[in-house]
Amino acid sequence: MAELGIPLSSTRPANLVGASVADFIALMKPRVMSLVVFTAFTGMMLAPGHLDPILASIAMLCIAVGAGASGALNMWYDADIDARMQRTAARPIPRGAISPQEALTFGVILAIGSVTTLGLVVNWVAGGLLALTIAFYLFVYTIWLKRKTPQNIVIGGAAGAFPPMIGWAAATGAISLESIVLFLIIFMWTPPHFWALALYRARDYERAGVPMLPVVAGADETRKQIVIYSALLVMVAFLPALLQLGGSIYALSAIVAGGILLSLALAVHRVREGRAADRAARRLFAYSIVYLFVLFAVLLLEAAFGRYLSLSGVSLT
Amino acid sequence: MSDEEQREWERRRKTRSVAIALALAALVILFYIATIARLGGNVMNRPL
Repeated sequence: MAELGIPLSSTRPANLVGASVADFIALMKPRVMSLVVFTAFTGMMLAPGHLDPILASIAMLCIAVGAGASGALNMWYDADIDARMQRTAARPIPRGAISPQEALTFGVILAIGSVTTLGLVVNWVAGGLLALTIAFYLFVYTIWLKRKTPQNIVIGGAAGAFPPMIGWAAATGAISLESIVLFLIIFMWTPPHFWALALYRARDYERAGVPMLPVVAGADETRKQIVIYSALLVMVAFLPALLQLGGSIYALSAIVAGGILLSLALAVHRVREGRAADRAARRLFAYSIVYLFVLFAVLLLEAAFGRYLSLSGVSLT
Repeated sequence: MSDEEQREWERRRKTRSVAIALALAALVILFYIATIARLGGNVMNRPL
């Protein structure tokens, strides 16, 4: 943080009345946590192994708390940046509701607790992957890459891509090609998703000194990269169908949802001026969330339906 | 700190304390359930 000449004291001191429980919940980034839980649960359900429902619930709780720890540690380190950006200025630390020290302590306790519990109760492959995810998000993305390179979210996106692998590892105790494919989908999804946001929030990022692609390379280059990564994403998203991780409904969904994603990415590339350009970027940003949700929801439903049929003794062959 | 702020500070501190107590109680229950789930009936299988 000292590199940008922004000391932590640039954020307001903790307020006089102290933090509420809701402030600590906000510190865990509950919206990000919900996506993490959803993708991790999908990974767990798709895995071939059987996990006791109680242990599966504990695994999901640990993954959710681990994601919360990442959020808290990210907000601790990025408090100076958050204070300068409109989108994040109301977060608990810049608002003065929680002190950076409190956030750090909270994050460390959650991280150690979630990793240890997952390792001891479920297995250490899952526990190790959760530890790697938290460490990657804090040290590689937040501390190392975010303030240094426009590749920050390309490489840092791996942190958000690990959860389905953790869910898979919780059920099987191993890493497999299928779980790596689930990782790749989120990994390839992250750049176009965040670059779409960065396109219409470029001034915010510029003011905060974060070298997002539109700030460093310009909006046109960002638009080109969005199209390239979207095309790669649509291809990667078809891999579960080839690996028979997903069935025909998944294959169809991947094609239709992928087609819409590509058309929205091309619209971002085509419309470059005024409010229409902003609207196109916002539309792509919003749809990218729907897109990821659809892919994982269809995989989840197919897996759940398959399990239901096998439990009922019905064979499709 | 005004009287009103003092009261609000005490109220929030109490809420935080209750939340920590509930979290600790939940952890005790969690580890109890996890032990039973992992060991199953074997939890009773020991020399007396």
